Amino acid sequence: MKLNMNIPEGHISEKWTNHKFNMKLVNPANKRKFDVIVVGTGLAGAAAAATLGELGYKVKAFTYHDSSRRAHSIAAQGGINAAKNYQNDGDSIYRLFYDTVKGGDFRSREANVHRLAEVSNNIIDQCVAQGVPFAREYGGTLANRSFGGAQVSRTFYARGETGQQLLLGAYSSFNRQVKLGNVQVYHRKEMLDLVLADGRAVGITVRDLVDGKVESFSAQAVILATGGYSNVFFLSTSAMNCNATAIWRAHKKGAAFANPCYTQIHPTCLPVHGEGQSKLVLMSESLRNDGRIWVPAKPGDHRPPGEIPEDERDYYLERRYPSFGNLAPRDISSRSAKYVCDEGKGVNGGKAVYLDFADAINRIGEDAVRDKYGNLFEMYENITGENPYKVPMKIYPAPHYTMGGLWVDYNLMSNIPGLFVTGEANFSDHGANRLGASALMQGLADGYFIVPYTIGNYFGSEKPEKVDVNRPEFKEAEQNVKDGTNKLLSINGSQTVDEIHKKLGHLLIDKVGMSRDEAGLKQVIEDIRKLRDEFWSDVKVTGKAEDLNQNLERAGRVADFLELGELMAVDSLKRDESCGAHFREEHQTPDGEAIRNDEDFSYVAAWEYVEPGKWNLHKEDLKFEFVELATRSYK
Amino acid sequence: MSEKNINLKLHIWRQESPSAKGSFEEFKVSVSPHASILEMLDDLNNRLEKEGKIPISFESDCREGICGTCGLVVNGHPHGPLPKTATCQLHMRNFKDGETLYIEPFRAKAFPVMKDLIVDRVGFEKIQQAGGYVSFNTGSAPDANAIPIAKEMADLALDAAECIGCGACVAACKNASAMLFVGAKVSQFALLPQGQPERYERVQFMVAAMDEAGFGSCTNTYACEAECPKGISVKNIARMNRDYIVAKVAKRTA
Amino acid sequence: MSWLVQSLNSSIGKKFVMAVTGICLILFLIIHLAGNLTLFIGPKTFDGYVHTLEVVKPLIRVIEVILGLIFIFHIFNGTKLWLENRKAKSTKYKVNAASENSSIFSRFMFQTGSIVFIFLIIHLVTFWAAFNFTGHPETKAFEFYQIVVYWFQNEIYAGFYIFAMILLGFHLNHGFQSAFQTFGWNNSKYFPLIQKLGTLYAIIMAVGFASIPIYFLITGGN
Repeated sequence: MKLNMNIPEGHISEKWTNHKFNMKLVNPANKRKFDVIVVGTGLAGAAAAATLGELGYKVKAFTYHDSSRRAHSIAAQGGINAAKNYQNDGDSIYRLFYDTVKGGDFRSREANVHRLAEVSNNIIDQCVAQGVPFAREYGGTLANRSFGGAQVSRTFYARGETGQQLLLGAYSSFNRQVKLGNVQVYHRKEMLDLVLADGRAVGITVRDLVDGKVESFSAQAVILATGGYSNVFFLSTSAMNCNATAIWRAHKKGAAFANPCYTQIHPTCLPVHGEGQSKLVLMSESLRNDGRIWVPAKPGDHRPPGEIPEDERDYYLERRYPSFGNLAPRDISSRSAKYVCDEGKGVNGGKAVYLDFADAINRIGEDAVRDKYGNLFEMYENITGENPYKVPMKIYPAPHYTMGGLWVDYNLMSNIPGLFVTGEANFSDHGANRLGASALMQGLADGYFIVPYTIGNYFGSEKPEKVDVNRPEFKEAEQNVKDGTNKLLSINGSQTVDEIHKKLGHLLIDKVGMSRDEAGLKQVIEDIRKLRDEFWSDVKVTGKAEDLNQNLERAGRVADFLELGELMAVDSLKRDESCGAHFREEHQTPDGEAIRNDEDFSYVAAWEYVEPGKWNLHKEDLKFEFVELATRSYK
Repeated sequence: MSEKNINLKLHIWRQESPSAKGSFEEFKVSVSPHASILEMLDDLNNRLEKEGKIPISFESDCREGICGTCGLVVNGHPHGPLPKTATCQLHMRNFKDGETLYIEPFRAKAFPVMKDLIVDRVGFEKIQQAGGYVSFNTGSAPDANAIPIAKEMADLALDAAECIGCGACVAACKNASAMLFVGAKVSQFALLPQGQPERYERVQFMVAAMDEAGFGSCTNTYACEAECPKGISVKNIARMNRDYIVAKVAKRTA
Repeated sequence: MSWLVQSLNSSIGKKFVMAVTGICLILFLIIHLAGNLTLFIGPKTFDGYVHTLEVVKPLIRVIEVILGLIFIFHIFNGTKLWLENRKAKSTKYKVNAASENSSIFSRFMFQTGSIVFIFLIIHLVTFWAAFNFTGHPETKAFEFYQIVVYWFQNEIYAGFYIFAMILLGFHLNHGFQSAFQTFGWNNSKYFPLIQKLGTLYAIIMAVGFASIPIYFLITGGN
């Protein structure tokens, strides 16, 4: 396997422009001869499907939901970044590019990130034209707010529902193409295999989630826009159905998986209430602007928070990071919370820390706090039953986003010709850590403004042929899917799918979560292998294959998580440095700061699948020509 | 987090397939007051799976009240008795120990039951495809600040655009009318300058698709607004009515 | 004209027909009640009022035909809506919580309307036909006041009349504001006022019309 980045020549600010000129075009009349399969209809998928449809390609879009509007892009709260500089505060494409590379702890590909910053402005124009009701100033112009990791105000937002509004925008353009007949949408079908012929991606095999029918679809290119894999942890802020199956099965067919160990743990989520918890809910990071984070100073202090006097509290972020205090970046805040809870100082000895607004209420009054955070406080009270104006909130970090994903070149094509990967499903832009309000930007950039061009280049230069679904490659994939399904149904063991998934989640969050070390990683690889064996010998999946069977759906996804989890640990073990969200205990300063090793680890780890439990590592060296490598410091 | 579990008697609608005859099945559960009603069903399903029985099929995804996937009718209320709350955000502390809950799927002819508590909401898709968009192609947008929009209008448009497309309005309506859903989308565009060129075609296309999909007519009971997890206002229906009447009476389009 | 038929047959079209005809009937009821209230002044005034109408008989006939058509449209369309809406909601919930999310007036428009319709038929036979063609049931004389006295002395008749007027009030209470909503005139500034006005109107109509049989029951027409 050879990784070819296909990064265009020239100065970083000219690469994308030059590339657009140099790319092959497809004659408008010929476009309808090209079929494209888009899997996943969230921001990246719906945007790509809509734009490709507008261009005249024939698109088949697949979602396992009943509607493309359900994708988890919808849950993004905060906003979307763009280098518009509407606030006249010195923002620029270069600054957005620089902040993103730095935020990613210098583990992303410069050329991709710069392009992302370049098209960020087009995204805002596009969304406004779609009728996305962004927040406005009284004069009628667009409003902005600031977000973590940036010193400028560049985040566009629509209340706390930016993701919803952007997705509905993409969904509307998508629907227009469905009506025009350029996009054919397939609901409630889950991709279970990628089909290759002559070394190219030529189609997918899906299972209909209503009647269980397994069938294949062919196309000259396949786009995977299937999101991230945070649900490998069982408890995460991802939606219940988010899974890695599409990218994982593509990986097993030869697509390299890049940087699987880069998983973001978001610091301000609601703590786990008990074993029955199904997922975690994020509270906007903005709360840290006014809330103070603390734990009881003595382990085992189980008094109610109001009875713990000031001098017996540990405001650990303010103590350790006096200049950034409660606004330390996501990875640092998360890790610190874990440390104090591991010391037994968590609330009631458990996994939670206080986020206290008492000082803010004293300072600016309850009404002012309500003005700023009213809806978040309401949501908190609705979920926990506690009034955060009276009792401090309890929070704990939770898996939230995965920077890793399938490896792609500058054209967002994987190492398999014809297989493109967009949005959270690829690894491309966020390096080892993603900044707030950048996920929406990347999904839409990939979908609206990048892949529609680069896919044309693929068609224009490679001229892939149409492939018949009756070819043996498709029949073989269908048989594999059916065999896999029947195998799951035939085990009839004693543990439910969720039970095993929870065990996997515990293993991973413990050993491949906020901080990792060699011994733990070696151990967890063994444990995951054992758990995988346990799954294949003792899982119980009820019902039939030819039916609506949610138990079976989950079983297939967990089977893949059990393999992916191992690769995450393998990658973490190999990356013997601390960078961004990946923190290795062995590599820290005496006061607990991450130590990056640019000499040995300034590369993208692209893993090639060999057989279960065995991968080959391919390294894509990262060259930083336009930004200077620096150590992040938030002291 | 140590409050006592609450014990409930559940009557849950079970139906094997769209054509099968369904019935209520009774379960007894003990659940933490901190769990959501869907987590209660997860737990029940885990128990059923362990016993080798078929778990209850129900849909949910984000569990943050925004994706619109979930939707159960609990004691006659779509999304349960708590106002402005989606099913996934309905926590068990809102119920009393010993209470009996009837859990049913959304009922409407246009939302046929697929299995147990899952209904098919494809009618909503058809409506959105009929006209829920602004026609322009990627790349042709002017600068985002080229058209100033009054804050009030942007806010009103967002109020309408907050609809999560769950179908609770249809489920709550005694006529299974989808007017709140359609009105919200029509309003979002009718309030914004971007929506003006197609304003009067859009409303006609979307209403026609709504009628085609088999939803009932609105008789202004406003049950939809009362049960909507996002509190979408029936003023959006009024706006749609007005646009529709104007379109039919005064416009030459469609 | 196919666009018109099509438009009126759409879901919003049907609402629109209900609202337009409803508003016409609302206006008609005001005039009707004003005329009826002359009964309180005495036989002379009332009979005089009816005689005045006789003078412009051709015009009255035209109005009656139009009014009849409006009634027919309202009733036919309302029934059709009700039937179609029932079909759209073919399965009902085991537990019904409608009382917690909507007003009773809004949910029973067809039922209240149906009883008012039955009332209307009886009303037409006993009063309209009597005034125009058949006269007093016993004397056959065209003494309008006496016809009214005759029927309202009948306790069952008067009781049903009062009952129907209460339901008419329910019907109007929802119908009045509902029409404004259907026309799209729902604005947060003045819609609450319209709703209150609608309730006030409904009470005036129900009390106004029902006061007459009550009056005759109590006084016996003397």
